[in-house]
Amino acid sequence: MIAVLGLMLGVLLGLFLQPDVPIWLEPYLPIAVVAALDAVFGALRAFLDGIFDDKVFVVSFVSNVLIAALIVYLGDKLGVGGQLSTGVIVVLGIRIFSNVAAIRRHIFHA
Amino acid sequence: MSDEEPRATGAATEPSPDGRSRLLAAMRTPGSRGQVTVALLLAVLGFAAVTQVHANDRDDAYVGARQGDLIQYINNLSLASQRTETEIAKLQETRDALRDDTESRRTALEVARQQADTLGILAGTLPAVGPGVRITVSGSPAGVGTNQLLNGLQELRDAGAEVIEINDQVRVVAQTSLSDTPGGVLVDGEVLRAPYVIDAIGDPHTLSTAMDFTGGFISEVRDVGGKVAVEKRDRVEIVSVREPSAPTYAKPTSTG
Repeated sequence: MIAVLGLMLGVLLGLFLQPDVPIWLEPYLPIAVVAALDAVFGALRAFLDGIFDDKVFVVSFVSNVLIAALIVYLGDKLGVGGQLSTGVIVVLGIRIFSNVAAIRRHIFHA
Repeated sequence: MSDEEPRATGAATEPSPDGRSRLLAAMRTPGSRGQVTVALLLAVLGFAAVTQVHANDRDDAYVGARQGDLIQYINNLSLASQRTETEIAKLQETRDALRDDTESRRTALEVARQQADTLGILAGTLPAVGPGVRITVSGSPAGVGTNQLLNGLQELRDAGAEVIEINDQVRVVAQTSLSDTPGGVLVDGEVLRAPYVIDAIGDPHTLSTAMDFTGGFISEVRDVGGKVAVEKRDRVEIVSVREPSAPTYAKPTSTG
């Protein structure tokens, strides 16, 4: 309940404030968002599996975001930022799909 | 990037046989400490996602581009502008060349036209106007003839007459010939009768002086019983022209 409210609060804040993305954050923000989405879907799946732990969720959320940002940063330094970003997106996308599939099985039993 | 690891303990919510019912139960209850943490993180995620979507909508292609890409863009643009500048220079060169060409052509045309005017006046193919004299020879028709007229014309030419016409009828040019004929003078195939009127364009003072010296035209005509009146005019109009005839035998030599 509170979790859903928190998500809505964040979205509304973003809509009303419409902040500018700082320049240094620009390459990392999209990847970080996708990584956080991955963590969230993973948490939802764990919750439905009955093995959810908020500490694990916090750690996985933060580490996901940090590692995604680190990979992008490393890619930029190596000169393959674009390709590495694409690779991260692909991997996270696959994970999100598999998590969503598990969630779907839990909720709809199908 | 590991997500949830299986944990042995029964976690935040009380155990329930089914995932779906557990979710519904969590939705109904206000929530625990764990839910607050999750809500906080989800708020951050929502905020970041909306911000990113918003920035992505607003940004154009260059914001957020990588340094290498930007350098590539700049290189492409400067190359394109270099090409364009080269093209501009080339076109300007062409334009200048064409303008020079037009200019010289116009000058040549101008010169040619002036030359045509000069030659036309000399050859008698163009009407002419200018200051000059009108010389009227009257008196006994028998007395005044080719000799006197020839001398008169000769003196007018000596005095620098540029255009000469007799009786408003015949333009006197290089090929003009005079011969006596009963009742008058035959000039270039036309019979002219007294009184003879000679119009000449040139310096009026010089021309009238040339007529009037001892043994000159006036005294010659007087000797044969005629009378001469010389009238200086600011404006003498000569309208008779000659058709130019192409030379049959003579050809210009190519001495330039």
